[in-house]
Amino acid sequence: MSSGAVQTAVPLPRPCSAARNVISFARREVRDAVSSRWFVLCTGAFAVLAVGVSFMSLAGSGSSGFAGFGRTTAGLLNMIMLIVPLMALAAGAGSIAGERERGTLLYLLAQPVSRLELLLGKYLGLGIALTGSLCIGFGLSAGVLAAKAGGADAAAMLMLVAFTCLLAWVMLSVGMVVSVVSRKVAVATGVGLFVWLALVFVSDLGLMAGAIVFKLRVQELFIVAMLNPLQAFKMGVIVQMNASLDVLGPAGMYASQTYGRTLPWMLVGVLLAWGVLSLAAAGVLFQRKKSI
Amino acid sequence: MIRAERVTMKFGRVAAVNGVSFEVAPGESVALWGSNGAGKTTLVRCLLGILRARGRIEVGGCDARRRGKALRSLVGYVPQELAFHDDTRLGSAMSFFAGIRRVPVSRARELLDQVELDGHERKRVRDLSGGMKQRLALAVALLADPPLIVLDEPTSNLDAAGRAAVMKSLVALKQRGKTILFASHRPDEVASLADRVLVLKRGRLIEDTRPSLLWPSEAGVLTLRLFVDAERESDAAGVLRGAGHLVNLNGHGLCVAVPGDRKAEPIEVLHRSDIRVRDFQVLADYQPDWSRS
Repeated sequence: MSSGAVQTAVPLPRPCSAARNVISFARREVRDAVSSRWFVLCTGAFAVLAVGVSFMSLAGSGSSGFAGFGRTTAGLLNMIMLIVPLMALAAGAGSIAGERERGTLLYLLAQPVSRLELLLGKYLGLGIALTGSLCIGFGLSAGVLAAKAGGADAAAMLMLVAFTCLLAWVMLSVGMVVSVVSRKVAVATGVGLFVWLALVFVSDLGLMAGAIVFKLRVQELFIVAMLNPLQAFKMGVIVQMNASLDVLGPAGMYASQTYGRTLPWMLVGVLLAWGVLSLAAAGVLFQRKKSI
Repeated sequence: MIRAERVTMKFGRVAAVNGVSFEVAPGESVALWGSNGAGKTTLVRCLLGILRARGRIEVGGCDARRRGKALRSLVGYVPQELAFHDDTRLGSAMSFFAGIRRVPVSRARELLDQVELDGHERKRVRDLSGGMKQRLALAVALLADPPLIVLDEPTSNLDAAGRAAVMKSLVALKQRGKTILFASHRPDEVASLADRVLVLKRGRLIEDTRPSLLWPSEAGVLTLRLFVDAERESDAAGVLRGAGHLVNLNGHGLCVAVPGDRKAEPIEVLHRSDIRVRDFQVLADYQPDWSRS
């Protein structure tokens, strides 16, 4: 090694702005995600399922245009509620825990960056990668609809994409909380899976059981259902399709009659609250964590 | 450059660093010396503001608790083993850290050239040897030309050639007036680089001294491997430690750190204790892990 390595003078070091550091971490995260097997696998799986569901929905209905798209959306909705939270939770759970397990977290934190900048950068990067992954799947699905049904309701399709991306960012926030408190990726992934199970299956069954056991009134049932981001997502998509919430039973009927046009904004608000509060919790926990 | 006052870091009930106070002047080179678990690495992490310790830490006038980010911009850190994503290419890793350190990419290229890693930009980190990784870590640490370099056992995973290359760079840094704080368990490195040695034991600073007082020899420190009867090895190690020698018992003889001009001393010490030395070797270029002494 040349001793000249230390002979070049540069200006006195100054730390970067927070925004610049966040963007640096986000760019690195996107680059790492795009070149990872995880990203390729998730994108491929989502695209195949989205195209498959679109194709089968249209083939079964024999209809075209918006009617065909409505049926396709119903199929896509159930698929999205299973796959997207799983993808986002897994991505979020592996983020900080992965850096910690590889020993790279310590090295990154030894640079002139704050813990919050690192967390936000990783969140932003993973969110962008997830959004890209979902857009590829939806793009292919829209292509199938256009080719087979002669066109789909573009506004409704865009609304579905937007709601799905919002759901992905929300579940990514939840995954970040899990990641911050976990020492190993395996533990973080396990906890993430448990959260996914709880939100997807246990809360639905719990809601039904709770309604019977505690004799919940319809407004209470609606509020409890709204606490689950997946239920808020489902109601939001159905409302945005101009379909009646009657399909969701008495709670849906109550919601549409009571809140009317404000309902979509309430549902978006619930999702945003989940995302913001989870990310804030992840930030606070990460800042306070004593060991790296 | 560094001021540490009553620094204490506890994990649960265990104090990894306990009430450590010291100062390091600009341009000084200071070694942290101690066995495994003495608190060297924890102290380094506290100084970088990564772990929030009790007490007061200032680097270049920046308080670790309140201005950790500004503090770290004054420090180039070289870990024991470079931790990058294995899939990252060397060039993109340097570009990333150049962005974080707010220096142009041309500076990153220049440093890669100077640490003799130019031409390897397309290589992935997993394909680099231990020595190359450590040179890369040194290049990252020097990106912004920080006034303080902190190294945590930087040569512990390197072969003799790699160690010599890293030490040569560190000596050049010292000559240029950089402040250096490094943890090491090799007497030869401490003797050749450090102006002062901070001796840590169970998290406490037990001695702030000079290498020449810790190993009083200008002839350098060598390793003497002694062969005694197997059943007497433990006794011999105890006798030598009692006489103030650094001893490493690793199953392949008894290694003792000796000043180059007093190589026979351990043999005399053992002879006085009726322990017969069957054979010995002088190992000029071998240093066992003295921290296990």
